[in-house]
Amino acid sequence: LVSPMAGASDSAALGIEATEVESKEREYDADFLKKMIGRIDWASFAAAAKTLEVSEGIPATRDALDEGDDTMMRKIHHALLEVNVVTGNLICTETGRKFPIQLGIPNMLLNQDEL
Amino acid sequence: RTPTSPPAQSSSMSRPEHLAPPEIFYSGDEAKKYATNSRMREIQTTLSERALQLLALPEQGSFLLDVGAGSGLSGECITESGHYWTGCDISKDMLEVAVEGGVEGDMVLNDMGQGLPFRPGSFDGCISISAIQWLCNAETSQANPYKRLGIFFTSLYRCLTRGGRAVLQWYPENPQQMELVTSTAMRCGFGGGLLVDYPHSTRAKKYFLVLYAGQREGGKPHAMPQALG
Repeated sequence: LVSPMAGASDSAALGIEATEVESKEREYDADFLKKMIGRIDWASFAAAAKTLEVSEGIPATRDALDEGDDTMMRKIHHALLEVNVVTGNLICTETGRKFPIQLGIPNMLLNQDEL
Repeated sequence: RTPTSPPAQSSSMSRPEHLAPPEIFYSGDEAKKYATNSRMREIQTTLSERALQLLALPEQGSFLLDVGAGSGLSGECITESGHYWTGCDISKDMLEVAVEGGVEGDMVLNDMGQGLPFRPGSFDGCISISAIQWLCNAETSQANPYKRLGIFFTSLYRCLTRGGRAVLQWYPENPQQMELVTSTAMRCGFGGGLLVDYPHSTRAKKYFLVLYAGQREGGKPHAMPQALG
């Protein structure tokens, strides 16, 4: 997800904060995981993983990622695909605007004056 | 002058978007009813499977966007066919029905007319079942359907990978609307066009916007698929 804020750039990153987190087991699929790793903003992911305290074993930069390291890949799988914020906020890093998350669903609706 | 009696069935009765904005129409009990009505489920499932067929995905394990994912019906079809997905919808109640029912895809509450809030090149493809006609209404005095359609298609183009396809099933109200939506998609860079299944049957006729976001590197050029009937 990126910030839909009108003033923010095309790829304005979103930070995260959570008051309720859950973990939902998902079947490990190496090809899909590699595909997703290629599409996310690694810095945002690493920061989110740190905030949610699941960053152990996850490199801070994508360069340090070793796709052949199964343990590392499984930790990334867990943080990226299994850990969900149930209640919390996504935060636009450019404007500070918070997008609330409830029941695991982020509310990205912009108000009339934000369009 | 004596008043005439109202028509037995006005066109508004059969077009939900004339009654209320989607987040109101699909709220509360209506959301639950929609999700459990077996005829509705059957129709939506058939449409979803056809849309997936039209997507002609090159491999398993694609990552798709489901626009107007609502109660998660179409998403379930995506999961059944071996792909991953993220869904978005404007109705909080419909999304909650989906999440409570347990769906594989992540759900996002948003208004597609405000843009799809995803990183460029996120998705291999997109499907949408019975959703985009809602973009053609002006829900507030400030909302401009032309602008919203443009924002939607521009952001959709951007969040697809190069060569990705979008298949959007919808119910055009009239030929003008058909032209407006199709030409807006083309203006935003998409190739492809409108495909009509069963064009000679009023009852069975179904409209799909089949769109291509550029060409895959080294991939086969796109060709419009065959319509049914």
